[in-house]
This record gives sequence, structure tokens and C-alpha cells, in this order.
Amino acid sequence: MSDNHLIELKNISVSLGGEQILKDLNLYINDKEFITLLGPSGCGKTTTLRIIAGFLRPDEGEVIFGNKKVNDVPPHKRQVNTIFQRYALFPHLNVFNNIAFGLRIQKRSKEEIKDKVTEMLSLVNLKGFEERDINSLSGGQQQRVAIARALAVNPKVLLLDEPLGALDLKLRKDMQVELKNIQQRLGITFIYVTHDQEEALSMSDTVVVMDGGVIQQIGTPIDIYNEPKNAFVADFIGESNIIDGIMPEDYVTEFAGQRFKCLDKGFAQNEPVDVVIRPEDVDVVPLEKGMLRGEVTSVTFKGVHFEIIVDVQGFKWMIQTTDYEEVGNKIGIYVEPDAIHIMKKSKYSGLYGDYSSFSDEIDLLSDVTYEEGDGNG
Amino acid sequence: MAKGLGKKLITAPYTVWMMIFVIVPIALVIYYAFTDSGGAFTFSNLSYIRDYSRTFLISIELAVISTVICLLLAYPLAYSMSKMSAFKQQTMIMLVMLPMWMNFLIRTYAWMTILEGNGLINRAVRAIGFEGFHMINTNGAVTLGMVYNFLPYMILPIYTVLTKIDKSTVEAAQDLGANRFNVFKRVLLPMSIPGVISGITMVFVPAVSTFVISKLLGGGKTFLIGDVIENYFLGNTGTINYNVGAALSLVLMILILVSMTVMNKFDNGETAGGVI
Repeated sequence: MSDNHLIELKNISVSLGGEQILKDLNLYINDKEFITLLGPSGCGKTTTLRIIAGFLRPDEGEVIFGNKKVNDVPPHKRQVNTIFQRYALFPHLNVFNNIAFGLRIQKRSKEEIKDKVTEMLSLVNLKGFEERDINSLSGGQQQRVAIARALAVNPKVLLLDEPLGALDLKLRKDMQVELKNIQQRLGITFIYVTHDQEEALSMSDTVVVMDGGVIQQIGTPIDIYNEPKNAFVADFIGESNIIDGIMPEDYVTEFAGQRFKCLDKGFAQNEPVDVVIRPEDVDVVPLEKGMLRGEVTSVTFKGVHFEIIVDVQGFKWMIQTTDYEEVGNKIGIYVEPDAIHIMKKSKYSGLYGDYSSFSDEIDLLSDVTYEEGDGNG
Repeated sequence: MAKGLGKKLITAPYTVWMMIFVIVPIALVIYYAFTDSGGAFTFSNLSYIRDYSRTFLISIELAVISTVICLLLAYPLAYSMSKMSAFKQQTMIMLVMLPMWMNFLIRTYAWMTILEGNGLINRAVRAIGFEGFHMINTNGAVTLGMVYNFLPYMILPIYTVLTKIDKSTVEAAQDLGANRFNVFKRVLLPMSIPGVISGITMVFVPAVSTFVISKLLGGGKTFLIGDVIENYFLGNTGTINYNVGAALSLVLMILILVSMTVMNKFDNGETAGGVI
């Protein structure tokens, strides 16, 4: 397993301007893997990427490529290439010369450069754009040129810093598919930075969830979604109801004044825990059949389903259901044992997962997008 | 329409200003250049160019030399300024601008007292036991005056362009394997060409037409086309001839226009063709 590690970050700490950005970070990246660093603004994901690219030297810890320590190797001598947040194309060069930039530095022959640029242009579906001026291209086209430029020099690893952030939703979805295809076709390692959890889940082999300069969880998208390690991960990835509970014994949890069967074990007797229940895993049933009872306080139509907020003994649950419920309806709630996920208490307990302050959370989310625009995430 | 009228009223003063102070003078120059003292149409004024072809050449030569020296001094300075901390950058900008707060004539007179036979430099040199140099009233002194006076006009546009270059384009170049030399040669230098072009324009144009610097630091030994034109307008009663002065001015204007057009062509070629 460990021979397969292409890049290792060992005990990395970084401070910028007196503020600690990364705290004792450990991460390894396998060859040919699509790994995503996911987290809100300021979580240290871009900093991690810049350390791998060589633009930033960690205060402490080791960056290892293959089996060599590369802390002191400057960016132009590293076998990684970056797709920058705002592409960073060369405005004084046309499309051809942008893509040929790295090849010219390597002093390749004219024919070789021409062949490679042509190959790259067809890879990113920009045939015939050789002579075009960079400023005459749309955002999506510039993005493609940036990808072609980075891939032209045959990097072992491609670093992508929120590459789709500036594109509109439709284009972003198309590019997600295209990037994944390119990665699989060329068989190179992609290290992808984003704050968009959906993007992370749909593209990655491995997702690294970060917050406050610390890795919160590493796992496959399915693991991260189904088995979040703490309230932060549960809340950041998808929607979650996170309820205070205890574990009276193995396979039994108690919350909202009642006991429920669950699939988790290994906790101390009566250990306080966070209970995660995804909105789509909650069934709405007639009042008398419900394990819990509550009153509908709001209904939002979301296309595929309705999103309803239900007040259960003062705690607001989010439930996704295909049946319409009117505000004020009293309903029963039913949860299968395998829909209940138990997490150990963490410093994030109590911060997330209650939908009584739903509107605040939307503010918080828009803040994230705004700050992300600074590019220092 | 009321809105259209309002717009016209706002721009009217500028239009009138431009008419009076730009269009009319140029028209007058052209009128005088093609008439004799009696007001009759003639080409004969232009024939004086032959008498002053050497003066034209010296003016261009000194202006080109000054511009090149300015560029060689300004580029490295502007480049290192653009890499300094924000506070240092502001301080440097202040220092570059500071001499411009003083009158142009006073600055040039100051150079006279420095370069004179009994000036500061020569007194210092003699004090340590060497013989003095002859510096004032030479082409060198005139060139020095031009470089000193016009240097800020070269530094500022280059500095502005360099600071506006997005840092991530430099990082992108490093990322693609460019060392410092290649980053400069393939990214910073080509991207700063527009600043260099406007710097060259802002130095060359006043340098080629100056008459004060050549008069004060050249002392009549270095006679530039600006001095000739000045003489025709403001000289002794015997030599005053608006018509010849206007003709020479017109030729100078056309000369500058042509060189600027060529420069701009060069700029466009550079940006479109790229560095190969």
C-alpha cells in the first residue's frame, strides 16, 4: 500500500501573517488518484495545494514526492502543474503559444511542439483555436486552454484550485464530467480543491474534508456521506439533522426522550453522542404510527421533493418527502435503524444540524462563496 | 431632446477649449509654414530644412541616446520597485516624484552650478589633487540634463504596468518550468512592453524638441532644432521669421508622429506575435 504513495505530507504546519493556517497536517496521495480537498473558506485547502506546488514552504513538516523530500525544490523543478483559480493565462500570447509555453522552456523541437499543442487542443475540444487571442475567449474556453497548457508538459500530478468556480452551473456540470474523463484517460493524479461538496462527491476517488487547518475526515465519497466522523462533516456534506443523544448500550440510542435501534456499538455506557439522520432517510407516516410526532412549520418545493421543517419537541428537523404536507399539519416520523448514524461528541457538537435557524445558515453559506473569491481559501 | 442638449452643454467648454488651444494653433502653424512674409502661398519655407539637416540629426541623436539611457536606468529600478513592500514602494514613488515638484528651469540651473568649470564636481576633484574636467557646454551635459529631467516619465509608466501584472501569471510560468530568467524573458518583459512604449514616447518627444536644456547646459555649443525654432520666433529682430519657424515645427511634428506610429506598430507586433 505505502509503495503506491506518490506524495506524502508529514506533520505540515504553516502560519501566514501570525495566523496558523495548517496544523500538523498528514496526508498521502496515491498514484492515479482523484483526490479532493473540500472545506469552507480559510480551511487551508488552497494552502495545502500551494505547498504541493512549491509556491509555499511549510514552517514545519516534510513534503515527500516518491521517496524524496522536496521542501526546498522550487516550483519550476517539480513534476506537478497547476490549474489556477482564475486560469492565469498569458494575455500577451495566443492560444497556441500559451499551450506551447512549457514545451518551449523544455526546448522541444518545433514539430514536437506543434504536434503536442494540436493533440492538447483536441483533448480539450478547442481544435482550430490556435491563433485566437486569449481575451477573445469565453470563461469556459479559457478554462480549457489552462487545462491544455498544464497537461502539455505531461505532469505526473495536476493540481486544480477551484477550477470551475467562475463558470455557470450548466458549464460547470459539463466540465466536471470532462475533467473526470481526462483524468481517467491520461491516468494521472488529480488533486482538486473545492468548497462545493456536490462537486467533490461526484468526481473524487477520495475526499479530504478540512476545517480550521485540520483534516476532519478522509474517505471515499460514499464513506464521507454515510459515515461522517463529526458534526462538521455531517453538516458540510449534504443536509443533516444532528440531535443530542446518548448510547445506553450497544445497538441502542436514546434521543428526543425515546430509545431507537441502531447499528452502532463500542461506546461507553450512556456516553453522550451526536445522532445524524439525513433528511431523505426520514419517513413521514400517519401520526399514530410515528416514532416521534411533530408539527410542520415550513414547506419548500424543490422539484424532485418537498423540503419540510418539522418541529419535534422544540428541535426542528429537516425532512425530504415526495408527499405534500401543509404547514400546521401534525405528522408522525419514522426512521429505520440503518438511517441512524452515531458520532462521538466533538468540538463541533451543537453547532450544526438544527434547522430552527435555517435562514442564518444560508447567510453563512453565501459568506463562504464570497470569501472564496479572494483566492486565499 | 433635453438630455442630448444637456450632454452637449457639458462637453461644450472642452470642445471650445480644444478648438482654441489645439486645433487653432496647429492650423496657424500650417498657415505660416506655407506662406511668405506677405501672406502668399509658398513651399520655399520648407527648403530651409536642408540648412538644418545636421541640427535635426543631432537633436534626434541626443534624444535617442537620452531615451535609451532613461530606459536602461528606469527598467531595473521600476522592476525592483514593483517587488518591494507596499510602504517601500510608496517611499520610492515619492523620491522619484520629488524633483518634479521643483521648477524645471531651477533644476537645470542647478546642474549648471554642478558641472561648471568652478562647479561642485570640479572643486571636489581639485580638492583631492586632480585636474578639473570640462563638462559644461558639451553634448554630454545636454544628454545628462535630458536624462535627469525626463527619467521619472520613463520610470512611472513601466512601474505601473509591472505592478498590474497578476502574480498568478508569474506563478503559472514557474509552474510550467520557467526559472527566474525565463519568467522575466517570457512573461514580465513582454507584458510590460506597453509601459516601455509610453515611457519612450514621454521621454523622446520632449527630448527631441527641448531648447532650454541645450541652451543652459550646452551653452550655444550644442544647438538643437528646438533652439533653431525658438530663434525664429523669439530671436533678434533681424532673425525673426515666423514662416520658417512654423515650417521647421511642422517637420518636427511630422517626424515625431511618424516615430510614434512606428513604435506603436512595434508594440502591436510584439503582443500579437509573442516571444518565440
